[in-house]
This record gives sequence, C-alpha cells and structure tokens, in this order.
Amino acid sequence: MNGVHDMGGMQAFGPIDRDAEEPVFHADWEKRVFALFFGGFAGGFFNVDMFRAEIERMPGHEYLRSSYYEHWLHAIEALLIRGGAVTDVELQAKIAELRAAGRKAAH
Amino acid sequence: MSQDHDHAHGHDAPLPEVVLRVKALEALLIEKGLVDPAALDAIVDTYETRIGPRNGARVVARAWTDPAYKARLLADGSKAIAELGYSGVQGEDMVVVENTPGVHNMVVCTLCSCYPWPTLGLPPVWYKSAPYRSRAVIDPRGVLKEFGVEVPADTEVRVWDSNAELRYFVLPERPPGSEGLDEEALMDLVTRDSMIGTGLPKAAGAQP
Repeated sequence: MNGVHDMGGMQAFGPIDRDAEEPVFHADWEKRVFALFFGGFAGGFFNVDMFRAEIERMPGHEYLRSSYYEHWLHAIEALLIRGGAVTDVELQAKIAELRAAGRKAAH
Repeated sequence: MSQDHDHAHGHDAPLPEVVLRVKALEALLIEKGLVDPAALDAIVDTYETRIGPRNGARVVARAWTDPAYKARLLADGSKAIAELGYSGVQGEDMVVVENTPGVHNMVVCTLCSCYPWPTLGLPPVWYKSAPYRSRAVIDPRGVLKEFGVEVPADTEVRVWDSNAELRYFVLPERPPGSEGLDEEALMDLVTRDSMIGTGLPKAAGAQP
C-alpha cells in the first residue's frame, strides 16, 4: 500500500535532526510500548507484518504529527482489540480510571 | 491536539494522554494474565543495556583481522554474525556490504525503521525520521555531507533500503595506521554510524 509512510524520494522535510547523546528510550512510556510489542507478539495476537501494515494504514496527518512510539502504540492497541485481547470499552474505562486516580493523587 | 488542554493545569496536571493509554493497556493485559510485567522489564533492560553497536563493532573488528571470517561475512552475513552470538529478532536475514576505495555504502529504511537490532541495537531517532528516510535515496551525498562525511566524486555511493525481510550492515574500511591494533583496540574505532554508512571509523591513534 502506498501512503505517506513511503517517504523515499520525498522532499521538503528539512535537515536531519541528530542528537549525539541520544538515550535508547526518551521516556518511560516508550519503554513500555516497546515491551508491549513483544508481549502482543509472544501472545500470538499479531505478527510483525500485521504490525507494520497497521502503522502504514494510519491516516497521513496522524502519522506525520505523531512520534515513532506513538505509531507503535496505535498499532498495538488496534491489533490487541482486533485480536480479542482487550476491548475498546475496557481500554477506555481503564484510561478513565487512571485519569481519575491521577487527579485524586494530585490533590 | 485534544490533550493540549490537559497540559495547561499547573501543579495537578494530569498525565499526558499517551502515558495514560500505555498504562491502561499494560494494566489490562497484566490483569488478564496476558503479559508478565517481569518479562516486559527484562525486554526493556536487554535493549537498553545489553544490545548495542558494540556487537556490530566486534563483527567489523573480526572481519578486519580475520580474512576467512570476512569472506564468510560477505558470503552469508546472518550466519557469520550468528557465529559471534548476535542473532535474533530483526537480525534474522542480514546482508553485509563492504566499503572499498571506490565504493561507499549507506543504509536507510525508507518505509519505516528496519535496522539490525542484534548488531546495532535500536535505531536512533534520526534514522526513523522523515528527513533521513526521504532524502537518503534522492540526495545521498547531501545527506552524507550533513553527517560530515565527504565522499570523493569518483567514489560510487550505494544506498541500500532495508526492509522487514532483509537488513543491511556496512563493513567500513579499516582505517590506515591501524595495522598493529588487536581486535579489542579496533573495536574502539568502529562507530555506530560507520556501520550504517553515515559515518567513517575513527582514525587510528585518535583519542577515544
């Protein structure tokens, strides 16, 4: 499938931004996303090709405005829901629960 | 973005949406017994501290000092790299391309981020970024210049597009003046970027 991910030869993305002292992960949530990829893979909920295809199916504007591990999270969520590991309802409920717990802890 | 509103509240700023999504997903999977948190921790630790470009540097230093190994490496990269114990996810099928006085190789993954994890670890952000992925194939010499690498006009530049099935690895040229160095000392000259092809090994005798 072609799409915005197929970047070879495109122009106007600007200079290459490099960080000589770059850490392997830039935030704790990136580490967990990375590990959850293995979890979903080992659990048999998806394979690498399904994972890539899911990222490539992201709407172009979302793909471009989100970071690398956000692409991963998008694919892992979608594939775990499709694979029956979790439901969207469960996921939204858990997010709401954690958000409420976070608000409480902050006061 | 919708979560921008949430960031605006001083001391009780809630967790960013992306963090909540990750925490929620992991918590659900743990509750359901579908993942083991200790196993997830072990995966993070492995890629954060144990797998990295030192592995690739050993492959290069071995090839520089052992002509028979170099021949095996160029003939069947996956097998020769596995001889040194570096195999596994995202390194199953490896092709090693050799820099020579007339040829400079560099590697990109235009579609995403394919990279040889067992030998180089996880890719840096620039490797996964739109500017590198888009331009490496259309203006490789310009990209190399941005990395501080000047390739002579009469040197051929070959760009290899890694993909999910096949990962490329550059065998850089052994620096002049490094003849007396052993494998360990040579490893210190091999930079990560020299194995991607966006850099060159350090000069022999240079301070680390």
